[in-house]
Amino acid sequence: MSEFWNWWIIIITVVNILGCWILLIATRKMKGSDAENETTGHIYDGIEEYNNPLPKWWLNMFNICLVFSVIYLILYPGMGKFAGVLGWTQQGQHAEEVEHAKKTYAPLFEKYAATPITELSKIKQATEMGKRIFVNTCFGCHGSDARGNPGYPDLTDKDWLYGGTPSNIEQSIINGRNGVMPGFAATLSAEQVDGLVQYVGKLSGHQVNESKAAIGKIAFDQQCFVCHGNDGKGNQAMGAPNLTDNIWLYGGSSTTIAETIRKGRNGAMPAHSELLGKEKIHLVTAYVYSLSNK
Amino acid sequence: MSETQALTYNYRVIKQFSIMTIVWGIVGMLVGVIIAAQLFFPDLTYGIEYLTFGRLRPLHTNAVIFAFGGSALMGTSLYVVQRTCQTRLLSDALAGFVFWGWQLVIVLAALSLPMGITGGKEYAELEWPIDILIAVVWVAYAILFFGTIMKRKTSHIYVANWFYGAFILTVAVLHIVNSAAIPVTLTKSYSAYGGAIDAMVQWWYGHNAVGFFLTAGFLGMMYYFIPKQAERPVYSYRLSIVHFWALIATYMWAGPHHLHYTALPDWTQSLGMIFSLILLAPSWGGMINGIMTLSGAWHKLRTDPILKFLIVSLSFYGMSTFEGPMMAIKTVNALSHYTDWTIGHVHSGALGWVAFVTIGAMYYLIPKLYGRKEMVSTPLINLHFWVSTIGVVLYISAMWIAGVMQGLMWRAVNADGTLTYSFVESVQLTYPFYAIRLVGGILFLFGMLIMAYNTYKTLQAGPDKAADEIQDKTIHTDAIQSAASQSATN
Repeated sequence: MSEFWNWWIIIITVVNILGCWILLIATRKMKGSDAENETTGHIYDGIEEYNNPLPKWWLNMFNICLVFSVIYLILYPGMGKFAGVLGWTQQGQHAEEVEHAKKTYAPLFEKYAATPITELSKIKQATEMGKRIFVNTCFGCHGSDARGNPGYPDLTDKDWLYGGTPSNIEQSIINGRNGVMPGFAATLSAEQVDGLVQYVGKLSGHQVNESKAAIGKIAFDQQCFVCHGNDGKGNQAMGAPNLTDNIWLYGGSSTTIAETIRKGRNGAMPAHSELLGKEKIHLVTAYVYSLSNK
Repeated sequence: MSETQALTYNYRVIKQFSIMTIVWGIVGMLVGVIIAAQLFFPDLTYGIEYLTFGRLRPLHTNAVIFAFGGSALMGTSLYVVQRTCQTRLLSDALAGFVFWGWQLVIVLAALSLPMGITGGKEYAELEWPIDILIAVVWVAYAILFFGTIMKRKTSHIYVANWFYGAFILTVAVLHIVNSAAIPVTLTKSYSAYGGAIDAMVQWWYGHNAVGFFLTAGFLGMMYYFIPKQAERPVYSYRLSIVHFWALIATYMWAGPHHLHYTALPDWTQSLGMIFSLILLAPSWGGMINGIMTLSGAWHKLRTDPILKFLIVSLSFYGMSTFEGPMMAIKTVNALSHYTDWTIGHVHSGALGWVAFVTIGAMYYLIPKLYGRKEMVSTPLINLHFWVSTIGVVLYISAMWIAGVMQGLMWRAVNADGTLTYSFVESVQLTYPFYAIRLVGGILFLFGMLIMAYNTYKTLQAGPDKAADEIQDKTIHTDAIQSAASQSATN
């Protein structure tokens, strides 16, 4: 803050507080008798005005507010660069609270951070803690019940895009994931897309049009196998979904599948290492792991 | 201008604004009821984009503040300035321009907001072409109002006009500064400010919209219609001086209390907080002056529902202006901010104060404008009073309880340091209160429909005495002379 703004703030603040006070004194001493029920003599459209004195209790209240403000501005920041006698800042208050929380809770979190996930997922207190963090952090996409939403995986089933081992899950949370399926509208004909929809449905055990599915299989073996594999079971190393389990991230209707093929999909799970820190991530991992490993 | 016109008041524009006050009141509150219902029945509008909460909510706020409140303020200010200055409006053509211009702004808002066209600033959502139109109409309104004061036949300016004047001047400055933006297309612009400065400009505007639009303007209304309806002199001239100057000086600072514990510098937050606290006194000065005007005539409260509206409005004003400074204290704000408590606070001011004083003023004004002694049905005014009082009380107590509950749930921490509740649990527990709030809102809207019916019947019944006598359109020169001699002797 420059000297100019420092003084600018101080001066207008003082002028305003002092102004209120002077206004009170000036009006209290205003000419005219203090007798009740004497009007000022003005009449506006039939309206007259008394000039009753300012109520005492109200004057006192006004003065108390002014005095409080002056004291507050001595104790706390407000007068330009002046930091206040107490040296309080909101960053300082936050740091203090964080420090206090660290001291209070660190032993518990450290103890659990050293416990392997498989073991931790069986400790009730640990999974409860993981759950509380989950429902206040992950709920926006995965839902408070962890059952997911269209485009955001269900975490309670056995199907894992990037693998369901403790370290896979922990990696997904720490670094996030980017799932990209390119769109094929430009490279595949409408007939081929239609065929693929039938073929993919067949992989998941649906009743399909066999002749169309045969056309789809040809396209699949030329293009889709690269990520989803020859058998359509996907590839967890790149997050390519298994197409044979009848679990659909974006929906399993033929319209939605056709849309996925034509336009592609972009799935993003943000990285949480900065947001949560490794101790909390460890607990969330244990909770998520426990959902499908009872 | 003919000789006879010069000697009469312009009531045409007052009639237009008064009727539109009721119409926009019903529209704005209906949208409010719809969005209150959406919070209870989330799928109410079948996901139709034009009717989503995010688009209807600004429509509701704009409709009740600027369409309902704005029409009421423009109508009553142009009435009061003529009557208390004993002169006709500066220009009839300008008055017509202000009325139709303002209605055009409202219609454009009602079309553009549901279409998703928004600048994204709360209470200032309208896009830049509409903002420019608002500025033009507002300057015309200012010229009309101050021009009429300039040609007044009285020596002094009545206190109601100080407040109306402060409201008109300040809103012009607030609107123009906060709406400064860089247009990209006809329907999209970006704020001229960035980051924390943008947030501060927005809330400097936002809280002064409350302070000058929803407070100073309506205090002007209060200062005319309460002494008129009570037929008593204003309690204290010197109190009106103190609380006027203290109010307008202090309100200017209060904005930062909307940004406690944010990227706003500490010093700004502190100044916002202390001036919000000081504001308690000047606010209560206005309440005291209004309520004490009734001293010596308290019995009228028993029989006169119009006075009930006016006096109860001041009680809600006093309550909200106590609650506001308390909520501006950082430690209280840490609990109340982002909860439904804020919504409750706003509505105790908006319904209890702004709408009540407007309704009272309209029940006084409408019969006068249309040559009648009073509305055709006083029992219906009484019914309106009780229906809306119950509505407001249900509304604000539901939101208070819900807000404090949410604040406590969000900060509750387990022994292991994790949060006790998830967000959705607080939403779930808020459901019953959303239902109560909806009932309160429906009651308030129902009250407005009673008013519309009563007004319709009153207009239909026509004048009940010789129009000139009741309507009192003529500017009586003897009254002017007596006022002049009064002030000369003073």
